[in-house]
Amino acid sequence: MNETTAATHPHTGMTTRNDSWWLAPGLVAVGFGIFVIYATFRAFENNFYEIGPIISPFYSPKLPTPSWFPFSAAFLILWMPAGFRATCYYYRKAYYRAYFMSPPACGVKVWGSQGYCGERSFPFVLQNLHRYFFYLAVLVLGILWYDVFIAMFSEGLNISVVSLIMLANCILLSGYTFGCHANRHIVGGGMNKFSDAPGKFKLWEFVTHLNEHHMGWAWCSLFSVGFTDFYIRQVAAGVFSNPTLIPFH
Amino acid sequence: MPEAILKVFRGEKDSGTFETYKVPIEEGMVVLDAIHYIQQNNDPSLAVRWNCKAAKCGSCSAEVNGRPALLCKSRMDKFEPGQEITVQPIKTFPHLKDLVTDVSWNYEVNKKITPFTPAPDANWTFYQEDIERVQEFRKCIECFLCQDVCHVLRDHNRKDAFYGPRFMVRMASLEMHPLDTANRLKSIKEDAGIGMCNITKCCTEVCPEDIHITDNAIIPMKERVVDEFYDPIGKFLKSIFAGK
Amino acid sequence: MANYEVHEHDVLVIGAGGAGLRAAIEASAQGVNVGLVCKSLLGKAHTVMAEGGVAAALANVDEQDDWKVHFVDTMNGGKGMNNWRMAQLHAQEAPERVRELERWGAVFDRTKEGKILQRAFGGHKYKRLCHVGDRTGLEMIRTLQDQGIHRGFNVYMECAVTKLLKDGDRISGAFGYYREDGRYVLFKAKAIVLATGGVGKAFTVTSNSWEYTADGQALAYDAGADLIDMEFVQFHPTGMVWPPGVRGILVTEGVRGEGGILTNSEKKRFMRDYLPESTKSEFSVDDEESKRWVEAAIAGQKTDAKRPPELSTRDNVARAIYTEVKEGRGSPHGGVFLDISYQDAARVRKKLPSMYHQFKDLADVDITAGPMEVGPTMHYIMGGIRVEADTQQTRVPGLFAAGECSGGMHGANRLGGNSLSDLIVFGRLAGLGAAEYVKGLGNNALAINNDHIEAAIKEMDEPFEIGKQADAKNPYDIQKELNQIMSTYVGIFRNEEDLTTGIAKLKNLKEQVKKAGVKGSKVFNPGWHMCRDLTNMMIASEAIAHSALSRKESRGAHSRLDFTELDPELAKFNTSISKDGDAMKLEKTAKPVMPEELKELFAKKETK
Repeated sequence: MNETTAATHPHTGMTTRNDSWWLAPGLVAVGFGIFVIYATFRAFENNFYEIGPIISPFYSPKLPTPSWFPFSAAFLILWMPAGFRATCYYYRKAYYRAYFMSPPACGVKVWGSQGYCGERSFPFVLQNLHRYFFYLAVLVLGILWYDVFIAMFSEGLNISVVSLIMLANCILLSGYTFGCHANRHIVGGGMNKFSDAPGKFKLWEFVTHLNEHHMGWAWCSLFSVGFTDFYIRQVAAGVFSNPTLIPFH
Repeated sequence: MPEAILKVFRGEKDSGTFETYKVPIEEGMVVLDAIHYIQQNNDPSLAVRWNCKAAKCGSCSAEVNGRPALLCKSRMDKFEPGQEITVQPIKTFPHLKDLVTDVSWNYEVNKKITPFTPAPDANWTFYQEDIERVQEFRKCIECFLCQDVCHVLRDHNRKDAFYGPRFMVRMASLEMHPLDTANRLKSIKEDAGIGMCNITKCCTEVCPEDIHITDNAIIPMKERVVDEFYDPIGKFLKSIFAGK
Repeated sequence: MANYEVHEHDVLVIGAGGAGLRAAIEASAQGVNVGLVCKSLLGKAHTVMAEGGVAAALANVDEQDDWKVHFVDTMNGGKGMNNWRMAQLHAQEAPERVRELERWGAVFDRTKEGKILQRAFGGHKYKRLCHVGDRTGLEMIRTLQDQGIHRGFNVYMECAVTKLLKDGDRISGAFGYYREDGRYVLFKAKAIVLATGGVGKAFTVTSNSWEYTADGQALAYDAGADLIDMEFVQFHPTGMVWPPGVRGILVTEGVRGEGGILTNSEKKRFMRDYLPESTKSEFSVDDEESKRWVEAAIAGQKTDAKRPPELSTRDNVARAIYTEVKEGRGSPHGGVFLDISYQDAARVRKKLPSMYHQFKDLADVDITAGPMEVGPTMHYIMGGIRVEADTQQTRVPGLFAAGECSGGMHGANRLGGNSLSDLIVFGRLAGLGAAEYVKGLGNNALAINNDHIEAAIKEMDEPFEIGKQADAKNPYDIQKELNQIMSTYVGIFRNEEDLTTGIAKLKNLKEQVKKAGVKGSKVFNPGWHMCRDLTNMMIASEAIAHSALSRKESRGAHSRLDFTELDPELAKFNTSISKDGDAMKLEKTAKPVMPEELKELFAKKETK
């Protein structure tokens, strides 16, 4: 009834998993890769980021750059949201798996096993600064909301396709930013007895609901911020049009 | 009757063979039923730990097709007919025999955790919203699948530096208890080694009790550790407001 | 001479479920040196399977409740067969034991006022079961485990005791083996507490795990203690019936406590037809009143509506379901329907999370969308080792017992929720009793007889010798046969003919057990372990069958088709089984008489 193979250790090789465990980290690697390449290209491009009062999220707020500064103004802004996402608890999982293969998937052997010390020493110990990046991200998000307001109301009511895209982007960015694990801790997660502060508890519950879908918010807002910039670039370059919806002309 | 093909690791102390068994499939069968079938019909000495057979005791932890799982919860109808099903012991702990490993390390770790410490004059009135988080953690059935899948223990073998997800959950359940007065943050950082966790979430993926180990236990504990050790500005501000 | 490890303790506790852990904690607290032996890993004992709750008259939800009502309910549920003193101690001490669990870190569900929430259960007049969703047993064992590991007692995991050793009449130690590698171990101990649980693995369909092989009952019997009222075997009315692999796994009474409805294949809600006349007045008169009761319970409001008929005692509900199925009104897989899906799905998932997952994962049934199929499953044995109520000591000096393996507390039928409270109340008393016994012994040295150790070793080595012979029997085949005999001839409904046949078959099977053999090494060898377990199960099975044959009446969980009435005279005696040389001796011994002031509690109830 049974056949025997040669004597062996119960665990050999990389994994015994026979499903497509490599697919998820593969897709993540490709997705991030595309975004990083596009964002880098745009930051260097230093053009096509304005349509009248409308400004791309990559370049907002429009900061004056000193003459000796070799790069575009985008570099003065982008490090804040980039730092927020780089230290985000979701993104950490995603890139530790996809790029560091530490581990690539559950039950699959890690790549390079020497000297692992998690997030205890430099550089990864800096992940603990996530909450500071959260504060900065909130600041940048406030500016982006201001940009939406300007895009819609600076010349009377003026709802264009671009302004709607910017609005959707801000909603997604807000869902992502405020669903942050650090925020969940700040609004009430540090408490042990919620019944002492019912208001804080309600807030914590709300943030918890956002946080449950943090991965979804992360991907959607990453796409939306890229798409918003892309659309503005195409309009500014004269490739796409930006029809106005309200008021009708 | 349809048959399943099982490749089961047989042997003692890390040395043995994968033996192939054919087991008739019944409706609703789980892998543990198949293992029991082999025990009763092929070899009564096949070693497997099990107790409740209803995913409540966490004894029958193993790896099915490379995925850490409870044998009693692994339905046979989830596999393609005719597909070989590989059953291995869990990897992270010393192998004893067949599907059984020595998990005693976990019991040693548990002893090091400061137990529940209510104030002597505690008021025992507290509300459902105060304990929802703690109740989630207390669903843990100590199957140690999270310990098995955690790469810090599994691949890096850093049992010297990290207590593992199970005990992060236990420490979180004590830290978040509305009436606990002990402070375990230093121990969570230094002894339990929470910094060894890189939140890759495999513990959450394999948890048969659906405890959100990473999001609800480890990350909130990391944030509390940040409060105490990595956020000087926040700590300074808090000390000013508390001093008022 | 074979090698074995030696350990010495004042008190050795065998079994690490709720009762064993509580006993070990108490004995340690009394300052004696304690060892705790468990057959599984720590925290895996069958207590984790207890779901619905722990009964204690805290009166947090129904303020009319107190220990006297709980006492009366328990005695009525047990059809008067309970040891009155145990039932009294249990009802009086359970509230304090539950509060103690909370102080040790147990996190019970809360009322709106921030107190421990209590739910209704079969046979309990008031909402009395403190619970954590439907995983109360897990909460209890984890609390005791985490409390215990800081008390400094030694825990011997995956270790089974095969023999109790005595110096003259007194307990002096125990002999056993580690399941892990088969090495032998001798425990020198002045007192031993048995807390090994039940006998479920002697039956085909059972809610019990492999560990439930009557170890304590058999060890005590061999050591000279007596087993009482072994005929009272509880069949839980609601076990899973499908798929085959999970047949018998428990479906908590909490489902009915939360308003679950039982119907047959004709969609008839049948339980009302099976209520005994004597209790009818405690239940709702129609479905409308039941509905009002459930709605009030969900809203956490008081109501004058009486509880639904599904909350009758377990013996009644089990017989009703058995009868419905037998008369052709069963569900497709041979059970009846239990439905909670008419309630809000989110609430069901919140109150019964593990039931939700159990059915979803194991049977592809969504209990928030449709009914479950359930049928009776062997669940608990009320009978067991006879003990003194206040100390839990058996008639063997130095031998104590607590929890399911002891007898007397639950009489002829146990109420749901009374077992978890039993564990902590009597676990504590046993630990206390054992510690005091040890202190009373002073420095008297107890001897271990080497011949007894040699005999115990020989007994354990034998299956390997037999395994070399051609006519060796597979222990699993023997167990299967034992299961069939017990389920067929000593099941829910019994009669003289069946029982006599069963006893004859058990006698034959005993010869087979002697031929049970195994191959391979002693390293974690389940077949070898089973050989030893069979001996224990045989003793308990014979005790159950003989006791059942001797009780010529129907009472509680013991239903005789040839003696359908209850005989008041028979409530005055316990059935006692003890070892007489190589034979099993059955006696009828006088039951302790309840004092007048407690009797009055029952009289008062009737005038109401």
